[in-house]
Amino acid sequence: MGASALPLIMMTLLWGIVGIVLPIILPKGPHRSLMQCILIITGASCWLFWLCCYMHQMNPLIGPMLHNRTLAAVKQLWPQPGATSV
Amino acid sequence: MGSLFRSEEVALCQLFLQSESAYTCVSELGELGLVQFRDLNPDVNAFQRKFVNEVRRCDEMERKLRYLEREIRRDAIPMQDTGDNPEAPMPREMIDLEANFEKLENELKEVNSNAEALKRNYLELTELRHILKKTQVFFDEEGHLWPWQAEAMYPPNLPPDQAPYFDDDDETINLLTDISLHQLKHIGFVAGVILRERVASFERMLWRACRGNVFLRQAQIEEPLEDPATGEQVYKSVFIIFFQGEQLKLRVKKICEGFRATMYPCPEAPADRREMAMGVKTRLDDLNTVLSQTQDHRHRVLVSAARNLRSWMLKVWKIKAIYHSLNMFNIDTIQNGLIAECWIPVPDLETVQLALRRGTEKSGSLPAILNRLSCVESPPTFHRTNKFTRAFQGLIDSYGVASYREMNPAVYTIITFPFLFAIMFGDLGHGIIMTLFGAWMVWKEKPLSVKKVDSEIWNIFFGGRYIILLMGTFSMYTGIIYNDVFSKSLNLFGSSWHVPFNESTIRDNREIMLDPKQPDQYEGTPYPIGLDPLWQLAANKINFLNSYKMKISIIFGIVHMMFGIILSLWNHRFFNRRLNVLCEFIPQVLFMSCLFVYLTLLVFIKWVNYGAGEDVPLVLTPGCAPSILITFINMVLMKGYEEAKGPNSCSAYMYDGQFYLQRMMVVVAVICVPWMLVAKPYFLYRASKQRAMLGTGGVEGAMEETPSTMPVQPAEDHDMSEILIHQGIHTIEFVLGSVSHTASYLRLWALSLAHAQLSEVLWGMVLRIGLSTAGTTGGFAMYFIFAAWATLTVVILVLMEGLSAFLHTLRLHWVEFQSKFYEGQGYAFVPFSFDSILEANESTVTEAK
Repeated sequence: MGASALPLIMMTLLWGIVGIVLPIILPKGPHRSLMQCILIITGASCWLFWLCCYMHQMNPLIGPMLHNRTLAAVKQLWPQPGATSV
Repeated sequence: MGSLFRSEEVALCQLFLQSESAYTCVSELGELGLVQFRDLNPDVNAFQRKFVNEVRRCDEMERKLRYLEREIRRDAIPMQDTGDNPEAPMPREMIDLEANFEKLENELKEVNSNAEALKRNYLELTELRHILKKTQVFFDEEGHLWPWQAEAMYPPNLPPDQAPYFDDDDETINLLTDISLHQLKHIGFVAGVILRERVASFERMLWRACRGNVFLRQAQIEEPLEDPATGEQVYKSVFIIFFQGEQLKLRVKKICEGFRATMYPCPEAPADRREMAMGVKTRLDDLNTVLSQTQDHRHRVLVSAARNLRSWMLKVWKIKAIYHSLNMFNIDTIQNGLIAECWIPVPDLETVQLALRRGTEKSGSLPAILNRLSCVESPPTFHRTNKFTRAFQGLIDSYGVASYREMNPAVYTIITFPFLFAIMFGDLGHGIIMTLFGAWMVWKEKPLSVKKVDSEIWNIFFGGRYIILLMGTFSMYTGIIYNDVFSKSLNLFGSSWHVPFNESTIRDNREIMLDPKQPDQYEGTPYPIGLDPLWQLAANKINFLNSYKMKISIIFGIVHMMFGIILSLWNHRFFNRRLNVLCEFIPQVLFMSCLFVYLTLLVFIKWVNYGAGEDVPLVLTPGCAPSILITFINMVLMKGYEEAKGPNSCSAYMYDGQFYLQRMMVVVAVICVPWMLVAKPYFLYRASKQRAMLGTGGVEGAMEETPSTMPVQPAEDHDMSEILIHQGIHTIEFVLGSVSHTASYLRLWALSLAHAQLSEVLWGMVLRIGLSTAGTTGGFAMYFIFAAWATLTVVILVLMEGLSAFLHTLRLHWVEFQSKFYEGQGYAFVPFSFDSILEANESTVTEAK
C-alpha cells in the first residue's frame, strides 16, 4: 500500500469528529435529530470523497506527462529531494 | 425521530361553533395558521352562500381603499408601513370602517371634480391671455409680408376713388384697425387656440375648404399648458383667421370646431383688449389662489388617509378571509351554530383548543366544541419547516408532495443536494464567489426580505439563499480536493512527483512521462489532501482525471441509490407492509449488491492492489491491471474462465476465486428478478383465496396490509391481473433502472470535466494574454482583460454552469434517488393563515403595479 499514515489518520479523525462525535454531544433541542442527520451525512460524504481521491493516487498506474519547459520550471521552482541523474 | 423525517400526523376534526362566537373563533384560528378547513358546501354557487353579502361589502371596501391608494400614489405621498399586524375587527366595527371609507371616497371625488373644473377655467383664461398677447403682435406688426396679401383681398374692380391706400409707398395696411377698410370689405376674424400638432393639417384644410380666401396667422405658445382631463402638459398655438363674408365665417367656424380648436372672443380696439387683458390677469390670480387651496385640502385629506391606509387594508383582507372560511361551514339550525370540518396536526390540538377558548371569551358566549373524527380518505401532508428547511422542502415538493406519513427525502437533500452539486462544480475560486453571494444574502436576510422587489429572478435567488450558501461551501471543499482554483492548482503540501532529470535529458526530450515505478520520480505516498498539483500541468491530465472522476461518480451514485433503497425499508416497516419487505426490499438489495456494490468493491480492490513499485509482482503491475468495465461486462455475460497464458503473464482476475464468486453473484441477481415479479402477487392471491374460504365473518388474512397508526382500511378485493401488471412494471422499472440510473450518475463526471475545461479555456485564452504582455502596456491591457475575464467567469462559469449543475443534481434526486422509495402522491396541507393570505394579496398588488 502506498499510503502514509498521517493524512489518513488526520482526515479520518476530522470527519469522524464531524460525523460521529458531534452528533453525540449535540445539545438537546427541537432540531437535534435534524442536525444529527446533517452532520452524519456531511461527515460521511466528505470523508468518502477525500478517501477516493487519496486511494486513486496512492498506487498510480500512469505518471504525468510533462512538457520539457514545465519540467525545467518544476525542477527549478519546486523543492526536489536531491537530484539524481538519469 | 424529528418531525421533518416524516410528515406529521393530521387528524380530521369537527368544530361546533356558536353563531356569535364563530367570527372571533375563526379570527383566532387565522392568526394561528394551523388549521385547514374543508369546504362543506362544495356544490353551492358562490352567490348562494350564506355570507356572500359580507364578502361583497368587503370587496367594496377594498375597491375604495385601492382608489385611495392610487390617489395617494399619484401625489407621491409616502405610505408608512409600521409593520404592525392589526387584528381583524369585530363585525360591528366593519360598519364604522365602511362609513369612514365612503366619506373619504366622496370627499376625494368632490375635491377632484372641483379641481378639474377650476383647472379647466384656468386653462381657458390662460389661453385667452396668450391670445390677447399674440394678437397684439399681429395687429401692431409692420409686416413686409402683408402688402401683397392685402392686395389679394381687394376685389379687382374697385372704383378708383375708394382705393386710396396703395398710393402711399411704404405705408402698410393694417387690416383691422382701419375701420373704413373694414366697413368696406367686411373682413372678420376669428381667434383661438389649437394643439400644435394639428396646425399644419388645420391650415391645409382651411386652404382647401375656403379656396385660399382666408388668411391664417399663428404663433406658438412657448410654455406647455396642462390639460385638465388628463393632467398632462400639451403644446398649443394661437391662431387668428381673417376672412370676408358670412359664408366663409361659417365655414371657418365649422373647421375650427372640427379640429377642436377653442375660439375666444377678441375685441378689436386696443383699448378694449388692454382692459380685457387686465381683467383676465386678476381672474387668473384669483383662480390660482383657489386652485392652490384646493390642492392643499386634497393633500391634507390624502396624508391623513395614508397614515392608516395599510392597516385598513390588512383589516379588510382579514375580514374577507374570515367570511370566505365561514362560507365553507354548515349551518346547524337546531342549536343555532355552525359546524366546520377541518384538518389539524395532532401535536397542535392543544394550541387550537386554547385559540378557540380565546375566541369564545372575546365574544362572550358558550365555548366551542372540538371533536376528533375518524376518516377514510388520506389526510394532507404537513411538514413543519423553518426558513432553512423550507427551500429544500420546496425542491422536493415541486416534483410531488409526499404521501401521508412517508419518509421525507428533504431532510437528506439538505446535504446530498449541495454535495452532488459540488462534485460537478468543484472549483475553489468559483466556490468562494458563490459562498460569498449566499452568505451576503443570509446575513442581510431581514432588510432584504422586507424590501418588496418586483424582479422574479431576484426572488428565486433570495428564496434559495441557504441552498446557494451550502452549495458554495461544499464547492469550496471539492475544489480543494480537485485542487482547482480558477483552473490553477495549489501546491500546499509539496508534490509527490519529482523531476530528477538533468539538463541535457530535459533539453533533448520534448515530453517526458514520469514513471511511478521510480522512487526518485514518485515518492511512494500521494499528496495528502486532494489531487497532486503537478497533474494540472500535465499533458495527459484528462486521462488521469477521467478514470478518477468516473470512479467517484459510480461510487457516489451507488451509495446514493442504496441509501434510497434502505429508506424504502423504513417506509415498509412504518406502514407494516411485511409482504413488501420480503418480496420487494430484499430482492432489490440483493440485486443491487450483487451487481453494483460488487462493482464498487472491485474499484476499491484495484486501487489497493495494483500499482507500480520496486517489488511488485508481475500480475499486480500497471501493465497487467484489468479493466473494471470489461470485467463487469464479462461477468454479466457469463463469459468462460480465462486461463492465464503462462506463469509470467497477466491474469484477468484480481483475487482468487473471483470467477466462481462472480458466477454465483450473477445467478443470485438473476433469481431476484422473478422473485420481485411473482412473489408478491402469489402471496396476495393466496391471501384473498384464504379470505374467500373463511367467509365474511372470518379473520382477516394474515398477509393483509394494515398500517397500525392509520384507521383501519376496508379490505379490498384484489384484482389479480392488475396486481401482476403493476408488479411487472415495478420490476422492469427497477431492473432496467438500475443500469440506466448507475450510468446516469456519470453526469457527475461529465459536468465536472466540462467545468474544469471551460475554466482552463477562460484562463488560457483571456487572462494569460494580459499576464504575458510585458511592461506598462501589459498593465494597462490587464485592466481591461481582467474585467473581461471576471465578467465571463461570473456569467458563464458561476451562473450558467451553476444553473446547469443545479438542474442535473435536481434530476438525480428526483429520478435516480426518489424512484427507489418515494411515492409522492399526497396533497399539501394548506392551513388557514392570515400571514399567507396577506402575503399572497400583497404580491398580487405588487405585480399589478
